Amino acid sequence: MTDRSEDQADAFFHALADRTRRDIMRRVLAGQHSVSALAAKYDMSFAAVQKHVAVLEKAGLLTKLRSGREQLVSGDVAAVRSVASMLAELEQVWRGRIARIDDLIASDPDQED
Amino acid sequence: MPVTDVRHDLDNLTLTLVAEFAAPVERVWQVYADPRQLEQVWGPPTYPATVVEHDLRPGGRVNYFMTGPEGDKHAGYWLVTAVDEPTSFAFEDGFADLDFNPNPNLPVSQNVYSFAAHGGGTRATYVGTYASAEALQQVLDMGIVEGASLAINQIDALLAS
Repeated sequence: MTDRSEDQADAFFHALADRTRRDIMRRVLAGQHSVSALAAKYDMSFAAVQKHVAVLEKAGLLTKLRSGREQLVSGDVAAVRSVASMLAELEQVWRGRIARIDDLIASDPDQED
Repeated sequence: MPVTDVRHDLDNLTLTLVAEFAAPVERVWQVYADPRQLEQVWGPPTYPATVVEHDLRPGGRVNYFMTGPEGDKHAGYWLVTAVDEPTSFAFEDGFADLDFNPNPNLPVSQNVYSFAAHGGGTRATYVGTYASAEALQQVLDMGIVEGASLAINQIDALLAS
């Protein structure tokens, strides 16, 4: 793995390793929001929400656009569906299979002692 | 959860999962060697798998289809490329039509599953490699994932687990 893709993966997982940031991503993937409209949704300061938006922007997950006095935020669906996220999605499929194997083996009559 | 390690290799489009099962290697092998067991684990509850042909030998084929909630059927196949019973096997995993003719327009992944005795149980290593990001996208779009949920929800589950 190159340093560059390692850095990208780090930024990606760091950005999404936070409940508020994942919630922001869900909102901005559904439609454009101003930072102030987002800030109103959370029990935290405008500056704190702005900081979360900045982390997501740095990871390339959303884009910010200035419109007059407002900053408008849109999620980048393509970025969310990056290779990293696709591998994460596939991982969930595989985890499902592994969990089912575990269940199947655990149901063997004479195996556990 | 039995999964003990996960590696995402973004450059080589390779996913590796390591899991530990509380059963001997031979028992884990049986899950793959017995089509009735394989179909219990391959598809998610919403897309159960039916294995209609099963030849776990080099050059052999495993043909299966998965049935969706609307009765929709999605066929796939394994082309078994190497077998070292009971410790490893390799196969190409692809999509097919309902007569199990491989669909050449859809991607094929290279998979190696291996099993080693570990601490009284089995350590299983699953490695899958995709040819391109487009191939990976197509695989995910083809309904091997349960339903069409946004990737973000999957990541949510991943990080919560």
